[in-house]
Amino acid sequence: MENIISPENIVYEKPTLLNDADMHYCPGCSHGVVHKLIAEVIEEMGMTEKAVGISPVGCAVFAYKYIDIDWQEAAHGRAPAIASAIKRLWPDRLVFTYQGDGDLACIGTAETIHALNRGENIAIIFINNAIYGMTGGQMAPTTLMGMKTATCPYGRQADLHGYPLKITEIAAQLEGTCYVTRQSVHSVAAIRKAKRAIRQAFENSVNRRGSSLVEIVSTCSSGWKKTPVEANKWMEEHMFDFYHVGDLKNNQD
Amino acid sequence: MAKMKGAIVVNTERCKGCELCAVACPLDLIRLADKMVNRRGYRYVEQVNSDACTGCTSCAIVCPDGCITVYRKKVE
Repeated sequence: MENIISPENIVYEKPTLLNDADMHYCPGCSHGVVHKLIAEVIEEMGMTEKAVGISPVGCAVFAYKYIDIDWQEAAHGRAPAIASAIKRLWPDRLVFTYQGDGDLACIGTAETIHALNRGENIAIIFINNAIYGMTGGQMAPTTLMGMKTATCPYGRQADLHGYPLKITEIAAQLEGTCYVTRQSVHSVAAIRKAKRAIRQAFENSVNRRGSSLVEIVSTCSSGWKKTPVEANKWMEEHMFDFYHVGDLKNNQD
Repeated sequence: MAKMKGAIVVNTERCKGCELCAVACPLDLIRLADKMVNRRGYRYVEQVNSDACTGCTSCAIVCPDGCITVYRKKVE
């Protein structure tokens, strides 16, 4: 055993771009996996010096503390607007936003849709856990029908709360988008696919092919009041029926 | 015949004990350490029956905090 643990035998380790700062996320949070994938992809693309991330308001507000690249913090929901400006002024940069469903699909809906519709050469990583995680598990636009949250304790009802918003389906209709996909990070296979999707989106930004949106269907074990393992199971059983995983649009021209 | 032998090292100070690695391990070799917590008050995981590990990296891939380093070596 001792002779196995030696640097030349390393087959997997924390990406070096993901620094040693303790992440504030709850145990088992999908954010950690996605942070890791972003760090790995940027490292593999050799874009460490040329990547600019836009961090949102929400649980991922401190994303800039964990991945050692250039970051800009945006006002709530305004990440795609800032990303548009940075990419236009600095066209050789890899520019991406990292947003949750409260940031992207609620307060930032206008910025998101217009940035995608303009075909800005940015990538948007959209973490959809169907709840407002940071503020204590309130109902979000993406909350499923019948799902219980702090502000709809009897479950989401259409007559009172309206219907869940499928922002990714909307994005796929827009002329400006070149790549729209929905992924998840609950298993080894899903994580590998999500990594390929993030790589594709980042390459689209670098090569100025148009806007990319990668939705990651995620868990919020604290907000859903489940253990991380139960939350993954609940996501598989309930979220995927409504949020179908797969590519919605892929124009590589 | 050559066989793959693996080993993992868990960064116990970074681990939050979410147990997603324990579920991902195809050989069921990871569990929460008994009555142990790190400086942040989280329980953390440890490997049991480490001889059986093949170094498949499943645990490390699903770890949200990047706590697991995986080593693998071919042995005769």
